[in-house]
Formats: sequence, C-alpha cells, structure tokens
Amino acid sequence: MTTPTDPPLLDIRNLSVRLGEGAASPALIENINLRIRAGETVGLVGESGSGKTTLGMSLMRLLPPLLDRGLSGQIHYDGDDIVQMDRAELTRLRGGEISMILQDPMASLNPIFTIGNQLKEGLRLHATASGSLEDRAIAALESVRIPSPEARLQNHPHQMSGGMRQRVVGAISLTRAPRLLVADEPTTSLDVTIQYQFLELLKDLQKRAGMAMLFITHDFGVVAKMCDRVAVMYAGQIVEEGPVREIFRRPRHWYTRALLDSVPTLDQALDRLPTIPGSPPSVANRPQGCRFHPRCANAQAKCMQMPPMAELAPAHDVRCWFPLQEQRGAA
Amino acid sequence: MFKIVAARTVEALIALLLMSIVIFFLSRLTGDPVALLLGDGATEADKIKLTRDLGLDQPIVIQYLTFLGKALTGDFGRSVAAGNQPALQLIMARLPASLSLAGVALAFTMVVGILFGVMAAVRHNSAVDIAARLIALVGQSVPSFWLGIVLMYVFAVQLGWLPTSGYGRWEHYVLPAATLGLFTLAAITRLVRSSMLEALGSEYIKLARVKGLSESVVIWKHALANSLIPVVTFMGTFFAVMITGAVIVETVFSWPGIGRLAYESILARDFPVVQAVVLVITSLFIIANLLVDILYVVIDPRMRSRG
Ligand SMILES: Nc1ncnc2c1ncn2[C@@H]1O[C@H](COP(=O)(O)OP(=O)(O)O)[C@@H](O)[C@H]1O
Ligand code: SF4
Ligand SMILES: [Mg+2]
Repeated sequence: MTTPTDPPLLDIRNLSVRLGEGAASPALIENINLRIRAGETVGLVGESGSGKTTLGMSLMRLLPPLLDRGLSGQIHYDGDDIVQMDRAELTRLRGGEISMILQDPMASLNPIFTIGNQLKEGLRLHATASGSLEDRAIAALESVRIPSPEARLQNHPHQMSGGMRQRVVGAISLTRAPRLLVADEPTTSLDVTIQYQFLELLKDLQKRAGMAMLFITHDFGVVAKMCDRVAVMYAGQIVEEGPVREIFRRPRHWYTRALLDSVPTLDQALDRLPTIPGSPPSVANRPQGCRFHPRCANAQAKCMQMPPMAELAPAHDVRCWFPLQEQRGAA
Repeated sequence: MFKIVAARTVEALIALLLMSIVIFFLSRLTGDPVALLLGDGATEADKIKLTRDLGLDQPIVIQYLTFLGKALTGDFGRSVAAGNQPALQLIMARLPASLSLAGVALAFTMVVGILFGVMAAVRHNSAVDIAARLIALVGQSVPSFWLGIVLMYVFAVQLGWLPTSGYGRWEHYVLPAATLGLFTLAAITRLVRSSMLEALGSEYIKLARVKGLSESVVIWKHALANSLIPVVTFMGTFFAVMITGAVIVETVFSWPGIGRLAYESILARDFPVVQAVVLVITSLFIIANLLVDILYVVIDPRMRSRG
C-alpha cells in the first residue's frame, strides 16, 4: 500500500489551457494543481462546462491542436513532464502508462472495424503479455463480463447494446494495464443498473491492477462510491480539494455546498431539490475576482478579488475568502 | 446482404427497361426515320417499301417490342454513314479506347485525390491545404474543352513534351486523362478533405490515440476507412461525369472512343449509331451505379447487416 509521503504518480503544477498561445487568451482551465498517487482514485466534479474534460484530455495531450498549443505549466508523470513530450514519447505514454475512458462511449468505437480488430490493435502493443492475440482478446472481453466473447469479437459496434459497447470501450482502454486511468463521466449515458454494474467492475479491475484513477463526474453519489479524494472545479479552476468524507461532512466552499445540496437524499422528494441559481459563465465571460461570486449567497466586496487556494485542514484546500464553518446538515 | 444486392439488381434492370422505352420513343419523336434514311431524291414507292421493311407500319407497341428483342440480341441497326456496318460493331471497336482512358483517369484521380484530401485535412490550413482547396475550386469550375485546349497548347504545342493527339502509347494518355479527370479529382479531394476533417475530430479517433496507436495507423486506417464511404457513394456520379466528359475530351484530342463516335455520328446524322451509343452509354451508367451500390454494401458494415 502507498503512503501519503510517496512521490505522487502524477503531479500537475500550474496547468492552464488557453484558446491559443499567449497569457491574454481566455483560459479553459487555469492554474490547476493536483496530485494523484499510485492506486488512488481522485474525483473531479463540477457542473458541465467547468473544464473537467479539458483537464482530463490535457493529461494525455489529446486536446485539439489549437488548445494543445495553448497548454502551459507542468504535468510530472513518473519523473517526466508530459507537457514537454514529443510525439514519439506521447505514443509510448498513451495506452500503456495512461489511458482514458472517453466521455461519449457510444461514439468511441470505429463503426467500420470489428470489436476484435479494435481490441487486438491495443493488445499487439502490449509487449509483456503472453498467449495468443485471440486468447488475450477473449480474456479482455471476459474481464468486462461480455457473454460469449468469441462470437462478439466478430461483431461490429452497431450490433451491440449501449451497455455492452461501454464495457468494450472499458476493455479497450484497459488492455495494456495502464498505471493511470482517466475516466470521463464513464456512466452518464447508461441506465442506473448498468451504471452500477460498470462502476463495480471498474473498482474491481482497479483493485486487481493497483491502478490510479482520475474519475470525472458531476454526480456526488458516484464520488462517494468510487473516490478517495475529490477536487471540485468551477469555471476553469479547482475551488476545493480534500478527502471525500471530509468534503461530504464539512464542505468549505460555497459552491461545493450548493452542489452537495442539490444531490437528492433518500428523505428528499426530487421536485423539492434546491438547484444553484444562475448558470456557470462561459469561457469568454468569466467574472473578476472569485469566479463564483455572481451566484454565491455570501458574496461581499472582498470577493471581487481572486481568493488564493489555502489549506484549511490537512490535505483540504479551499479557494474562498469566507470559508464555511459549520458542518453540513447541522444548519 | 444478399437481399440488398438482389433488390439493387432488380432496380437496375427496371431502370434499363425504362431507359430503353424512353430512348425508343425519343428517337421516334426526332423525325421520320424513312425520310432520314432515304434522303431527298426518293420516290413514294421507295418510301412505302422501306416503311414496310422497317416495320414502321406496325402498331407502336409491336415496334417497341421488336426493337427491344433486337437490342437484346445485340442488333442495334446499321450505320447509315459508315458503309452499312452494324452499329454495335462500330461501338465495340471504339469501346476499349474509351474504357481505358476513363480507367486511367479514374485511377489517377482516386490516388491523387485521396492523397491530397488526406494531407490537406491532416495539415489543416497549411500550404498543402490551401493548394488542395484551390484545386477543388478550379477543377470544378473550369470547362473541360477549355482546359483540354490550354493543356494541349502548353504541353504539346509550346513545350513539345507530349503528343497533341493519337492513341496507343502511354504519352497519349497524359493530357486527355488529366483533362477528363480534373473535375473528379477536385470533387474527390474536396470530399476526402471534409470527411477526413470530420473523422479526425471524432471520438473513435480519440480512442485510437488513447490506445497508443501510431499517428499513421490513426490516419490511414481509422480516419481514412470512414472517409472513403462518401467517396464510394459518389463513384456512380464520377463515372457519369467521365462518360459525358468523354464526348468533349475525345473530340478535342481526337481520341478514337465512343465519345467521339457519338460526336461524329451526330454530325453525319447517322441516326441508328447515335441511338446505339446512347443506349450503350446509359447501360454502362446503370451498371456502374449497380456496382457502386454493391460495393457500398460490402464496405459499410452497418449496411451489410441490414439485409
Ligand atoms: N475546442 C474548444 N474550443 C473552445 N472552447 C472549448 C473547446 N472545448 C471546450 N471548450 C469550452 O471549454 C469549457 C470547458 O469544457 P469541458 O472541459 O468540456 O467542460 P466539462 O467537461 O467540465 O463539461 C466549456 O465552456 C467549453 O465550451
Ligand atoms: S470568495 Fe466570496 S463569492 Fe467566492 S465563494 Fe467565497 S464567499 Fe462566495
Ligand atoms: Mg466533460
């Protein structure tokens, strides 16, 4: 088991992604600092548009060319800086070291080629494995519990159900036993039962392989189930980061609490759920100072300046001038 | 899959039948064949005799069925101008020249167009991309008779690198094939470029990269395979463009194909030959479209499992 003093597997420092080069271009994500240790699962939550996918894609340098040129900061992975890697190094990194389950699994499989073809492409690159390609492809489908895998290898994506495609994409992303998996809302398009099964499966695979995970979601229920720590993103910044249990019990940022309050609990009827008033700003219209102030119930004059990220408790950081004090539910 | 192919074949047969009806009646509308065949100095008795010989005194439906029956056995009538030769024989003598020219032009445009389209999409907004966009624009707006004359003037007359006309050696193919192919080259370049751009932004390309595949596999396998589907769907149109273009290009370069035969027989008012050429060209066109439809079903797995 790893301890908090081990050097992190992934150490993101001051990472920004701008719409083009130059510090004046609008930033999709800005000054991100985040560490992930081996075997650890870190959740990344926030409303849609806050920059979660952008952060995930930048770790594999899979942003569109314009955004990739606007990448600055460092992503230390096992001693190397991903931001400085050339194409050959990135090809080595992708799949084998870091892999990703993409946000839209239904569209992630190539419609032209069979499942077997697409699985074996990755398997072929996994030099250390033994056994025939066919056997390994079957084993990969079995590991995500696809029934009659031999026959399924001959299928094209459109011949499979959504849940099954999701699992095939999972199998493909995991074929080369990566040390870090970025899972970008891997279950949002699935219905609840299949969603639950897939999360169980991921957890199981992760435990067996000792893989670290950056788990992107906007669902706190999923965070509670999957993650050790969680980072909350708003308008391109991380506004709070800490251990999952602490954040649930005692959120410090006003946005985090508003998000948690909009999660249904068992004794709450769905139609009485509070939602956060207003909507998140677009990349070009982000406000001065604390990005959340136009929607914050506690906004004050000082909030017109950008609050720094500060450590309020061990390993619990918050970006707010007036952090919440009381425990949640204590009122 | 078999069902789709069978359905397409039946459709093609129906199209052929309809086409034969249209051509038959159109040819009856364009003038009295007896007057056409005999010329000005004929007597009334000659006319009556020929009318009976040609079966023109029969009801029109019978005439059509006779025409169809003969056409099916390869009898398209005889040439009026070229020493009473069977029309089909004239066409068959010219067909290899036309097919080889169209084949060379199509192969050249496919290879160059696909290469160009892929490079333009991969290096979006670079010099290659700008060149490709220019070709796409020019190639689809320049009339082929003008292009043919310009090419001939520059490369044959002024520079003397290539022959102005003739048939037989590879040098003879260069200018006519370039003229015939430019429009299709432009269309394929544009089609491949835009579908490659779309494919390169797709989720399955991201997954291919996530797997750690090399950039060449990502582009030439995953992106290109999807980008070729629209090209295949347009192949029938490209073929049609080449066939109709052949009349002009073959005339400009004195190419001994059926395009020039059509032109010559219209000038000579050689009516049975014109009709036969039109029949053969439209049949080729329908058959080409049938082949494209089948090819489409073969390459796109989503179509394949529907039948
Ligand atoms: N290629 C792009 N060009 C410009 N803006 C983009 C691009 N991709 C995403 N964005 C913008 O960046 C912001 C963050 O997007 P994203 O990372 O997808 O957020 P999330 O995954 O949290 O929903 C959004 O406002 C989105 O509109
Ligand atoms: S800094 Fe001010 S506006 Fe921002 S969350 Fe804290 S209290 Fe609200
Ligand atoms: Mg997203």
